[in-house]
Order: sequence, then structure tokens, then C-alpha cells
Amino acid sequence: MNLEKIKKVTDYDMQQLIGQVLRYGVLISGIVAIIGGIWYLYQHGSGIPHYAVFNGEPAGYTSLTGILKGLGQGSAKEIIQLGVVILIATPILRIGFSLVAFVFEKDKLYVAITLLVLSIILFSMFGGLKI
Amino acid sequence: MNILFFTLILLMGAYLAGLAGSLTGLGGGVVIIPLLTLGFHVDIRYAIGAALVASIATSSGSASAYVKEGITNIRLGMFLEIATTSGAVIGAILAIYTPVNIVAILFGVMLIFSAAMTLRKKHENALTEGSKLSYTLKLNSSYPTKEGIVEYKLKNVAGGFSIMTVAGVLSGLLGIGSGALKVLAMDSAMRVPFRVSTTTSNFMVGVTAAASAVVYLQRGYIDPGIAFPVIIGVLAGAFTGSKLLMRINVKWLKIIFCTAITLIAINMIYNGIHHKF
Repeated sequence: MNLEKIKKVTDYDMQQLIGQVLRYGVLISGIVAIIGGIWYLYQHGSGIPHYAVFNGEPAGYTSLTGILKGLGQGSAKEIIQLGVVILIATPILRIGFSLVAFVFEKDKLYVAITLLVLSIILFSMFGGLKI
Repeated sequence: MNILFFTLILLMGAYLAGLAGSLTGLGGGVVIIPLLTLGFHVDIRYAIGAALVASIATSSGSASAYVKEGITNIRLGMFLEIATTSGAVIGAILAIYTPVNIVAILFGVMLIFSAAMTLRKKHENALTEGSKLSYTLKLNSSYPTKEGIVEYKLKNVAGGFSIMTVAGVLSGLLGIGSGALKVLAMDSAMRVPFRVSTTTSNFMVGVTAAASAVVYLQRGYIDPGIAFPVIIGVLAGAFTGSKLLMRINVKWLKIIFCTAITLIAINMIYNGIHHKF
């Protein structure tokens, strides 16, 4: 009975923690995207959109080093891409926090399952570079 | 049409997409692709990138509330994410070899299926006896309702897992959350109660989409000029939707919206067959 109670409390803690991670991740990425977006419209607002033809984005917006370099130069597009990266990182971060929570709960089965999910995503992240 | 005008119109479109997606439960991503391709003549690959970003935004935004209330089954979601993320990686790889018009046709079919799933009646009752695997994997849980805490068990874990893999592949290939297939896996196969299956599906969409978004970002599918109005518009729309949902009856709205979606889907399939992408 006592053990059951302890388990419930930590599950509840995990729910609150994951809820907060998701909320702040979305909030921060939204704010970054708005700042970058306003700056982007100021810089490029009178240009003509060219999205009917697919070119693929240049390396500057597709790698973390490219985005960070652009940020240093105050480029609006890279600020927006930083917002996108934060948004994509939010659910991945959520998995990381769940992993920690399962470790604290000593739930070995779910530590293994969470690690598996995390490694699939990391594989996708680094495997994607070579494709 | 200059970029400022394009952005403002897209912002408005994304807002309506987020609103409609949240009111009907279809999610923000599915409406973004036809909006961009048919409405703005944007290349479908940019549209897929934008839809993935929109899916992550709406999933994370609304999931935070349901997780805190304890409705979402985190263990079930985590276990099934093995299937959806590996499926998503396969889908993102397949996308390189799949011609865009095939992607458009598949998307249209998926859209019609999603519309049909939205109108379908869902299971409300909780199972009292689960399968052996559901105990081993600790998937059975409970959730709060107005009448108090309800315990539920689930069955056919293998069946649910298989459907989730397909959902993952389609998500990676088409850039959508595949919420409809996720609900099918949990609702029809595993018999998870409706409230739990929809919120857990929503919770999983973010991770599934992130698994393929990391590939698409590196491949240059995500354009900042499209991404920012889409993120902001869809988030604002989904937020308005979640507030409205408490006050209005969405039954007729769902029927009207699903009919519209089906017409759009037929249009996409037609254009796909005639190589207009």
C-alpha cells in the first residue's frame, strides 16, 4: 500500500514536469519565431515569394552551426529557424525528462523503452546528415 | 503579391487551419498541406515541412494541459512511440524515392480516411480485463472523469503496435501527425477509452513528427518564411479552438468540415493523377 502511494506521487510529478516542459518549449519557440518573423518582414517584406519551385534551403538554415552563425550576423531567417529548432527539440526534451523520471521510479522496463525511442530519434538526427 | 502580403494571408489561413483542426480533432497539420499547395501553389515539399512544424506546435501546446490532468497514458504513449518513431524514420527515407504526385495522392486518401474517422463513433467504455501483454508492459491505467477515477485495461497490444508503425511511416512520408490512425490503433484495436486514446495520440504526435522533422530540416524542406506564419497562426488558432470547444456543439461543424476536407482530398488526388504537383 505504502509502495503504491510512493509510485503514484512520482507519476504525478512526472506529469506536471512533462506538462511544463511542453508548455514552455512551445511558448519560447513561438516568441523566438515572432521576433524573427517581424525582423524578417522588415528586411524582406517587399520581396516576391518563390515557393512554387522547390530549391531546398541553403545550408545556413538546415544545420545548427549554420543557424548559430546566422544568428551572430543578426539574420532574421536564422532567428526563425532557431524557433523551429526549439519547437522540434521540445518533444525530444520531453523524452529526456521522462527518462530521468523513470530512472527515479526505478522502472527498468520503461527506462529501456524510453532509451530505445530516444536512440531512434538520435539516429534519425545524425543519419539524416548523410542522406 | 509581395512577401508581406503573402505572410499575412498565410497567417490568417494557418489560424483558421489551427482553429478547425482543434475543433474537429483532426490536428493542425492536415489542413496546412492543401492550404499551401492548392491555395498558395507552394511546392508540396515546403508544405510537408510546414505541416510537420504545425503538428509539433499543436501537439505540444494542447498535450501539456491533458498530461497535467493525468488523462494521457504516458507509458502507453512511450511504448507505442517505438513503433511511430521507427516508422517515421522509414517514411522520411521513403520520401526521397517517392515522386511528389504519389505523395499528393496518398495524402488525399489519408485525408478522406481521417475525415471518416472523425465522424465515427468511438468506444467510451473501459475494459475490465486486459490481455497478458498489457500487464507485462504496465499499460493498464486509470483516468479522471466527472464521475471519479475510472480504471481501464487494454487488449491486442501487438495489433495496436502494428497500426502505429504504419501511422509512423505515413507521418514521415506525408508530414502529418496521422492522429486518425493513432486513434484507430488505440480505440479499435486496443480498446482504450475515447478520452485517453485521443489525448495520448495527441501527446505522441509531437515525438513522431519530431523524428521526421529532424530529417526534413536538414534536407531543406523547412523554409523560415513559411514556418513562422504557420507556427504562430496554427498555435493561435488551436488556442482559440480549445477555448471554444467547451462552449459550442461541434457535431454539425464536424460534418461540414469533413465534407469540405473530402472535396479537397478529391482535388488533391485528381491533381496528383494528372501530375500537377
